[in-house]
Amino acid sequence: MRIKKSVAVSENGFVFDSSTGDSFNLNSIGREIVELMKNGSEQSEITQKIVERYEVEPAIFEQNLMDFQSMLKQFNLMEE
Amino acid sequence: MAKLAYERPIINRISAGIPDKFGMQSRIRPIPQIEGLSVEELMKKHGSPLFVLSEKTIRDTFRSALKAFETRYPSVQFAWSYKTNYLDSVCRIFHQEGSWAEVVSRFEYEKALANGVPGNQIIFNGPHKTRDDLEVAIENDSLIHIDHFDELYTLLEIAGKSVTKPKVAIRVNMDTGIFPRWERFGFNYENGEAWDALNRIMLSGKLDLVGLHTHIGTYILAPSAYGMAANKLAQLAINLARKYNHHIQYIDMGGGFASKNTLKGAYLPGTDTCPTFDEYADAITSALINSEIEPDHMPTLFLESGRALIDDAGYLLGTVVANKRLPDGRRATIVDAGVNLLFTSFWYDHQVVPAVISSQHTENTTIYGPLCMNIDILRDAVMFPLLRPGERIVVPRVGAYNMTQWMQFITYRPNIVLIDTEQRIHVIREQENQNTFQTSERIPQYLK
Repeated sequence: MRIKKSVAVSENGFVFDSSTGDSFNLNSIGREIVELMKNGSEQSEITQKIVERYEVEPAIFEQNLMDFQSMLKQFNLMEE
Repeated sequence: MAKLAYERPIINRISAGIPDKFGMQSRIRPIPQIEGLSVEELMKKHGSPLFVLSEKTIRDTFRSALKAFETRYPSVQFAWSYKTNYLDSVCRIFHQEGSWAEVVSRFEYEKALANGVPGNQIIFNGPHKTRDDLEVAIENDSLIHIDHFDELYTLLEIAGKSVTKPKVAIRVNMDTGIFPRWERFGFNYENGEAWDALNRIMLSGKLDLVGLHTHIGTYILAPSAYGMAANKLAQLAINLARKYNHHIQYIDMGGGFASKNTLKGAYLPGTDTCPTFDEYADAITSALINSEIEPDHMPTLFLESGRALIDDAGYLLGTVVANKRLPDGRRATIVDAGVNLLFTSFWYDHQVVPAVISSQHTENTTIYGPLCMNIDILRDAVMFPLLRPGERIVVPRVGAYNMTQWMQFITYRPNIVLIDTEQRIHVIREQENQNTFQTSERIPQYLK
């Protein structure tokens, strides 16, 4: 699963999906994760980068990441 | 290098063009303290969930209600509605402020006596009073508000044998232009039943007719309905004075004043729509003062307001148990206090806020209670920040009915603490435990 090519993300976290016309907003960490996913980072790589930069336990972040990615799927922003 | 503060990743859909009526988003205001005391500390000491009552709010609210009526009418008497919250400490605060007691069952009647209320300051309402209840009330010189003809005939029969003349009023139901009409209680005004009951009482000579009572409904947002009700009771009082030269001592307008909670389905929040005590007082006292009741015989105005006097003083504190994602993408948060404790969540969209928040980002969330039942929902849909298990929530304005209508279902009912006017904390009802239940259960010998 990866972020669809039609999804554009601005610097301040505004997301636009040109294939559906839907728009979203991300908080700062959400934007970083989407950028990492767009660049092809694996789950473990994303976790490592975020945990290095932010005050969070890896286990908690992984749980949050799973939930976040389920929302990306829910919003139809991912493709096989 | 120090790490940055973490906030979980969030994505929200932007639905442009459909802002709600209050704008795009309202800010969440956490409640970290109650009467200056930390919510976290209260829960560490007294457990979770926890009911908290503020004595200061009770007294301040009562005094503002009393002031609204006393500045407009010569004689006012409040009677505390026991069913709204009959914790002894709460009742005693109201009695200290000058309230009499308004009870609707023998259980409440005995509670009022035990709280030191003199029998002649107890109003006995309700559709179910046994013969024994009536006899005890007569003996104590209490004010009996008759609900139906069967009760009236029982009273006449008892009065025939009693040395004490029972002090009675009748409860009157009526059309005040609102829906629903509470027609099941008392005698109807429009079809003449109330006047018929009054005639029977007066002609019997066995009962001392001291008052007239109505209670038009609950959570009444239209003060004008009270004006109409007061007008109709005043008319009955005038008719009694004309026909029998009998002047009643009081008119009891019951309760039903709204609180600032928001009813389910309401378009605007309760904080915007709830009338003030002044508005209710103005409608009621204007109707009485402008009636044809002679100035020398103006009856005392009795009020039995419950909800509006206590709701704001109560808080329910709870703890987040878990977060889930529902199949449709909605977020679900499970907390340890459900409809078992917050009975009023069946008809209110209670405000639920965190004790502290680290982020203003919110998500459409359903807040579930801890019961293994599908109906255990505190809020169907609320924009709520992301809380982690163990973080605290606060539900304000829960002082009315929850501590009397709560359910003991699969769990123990929690501690209730009172914060007094000097910020001291008192446990006024202890958390239940196995003993609470074992003392009243009996196991047959063959099952031992």
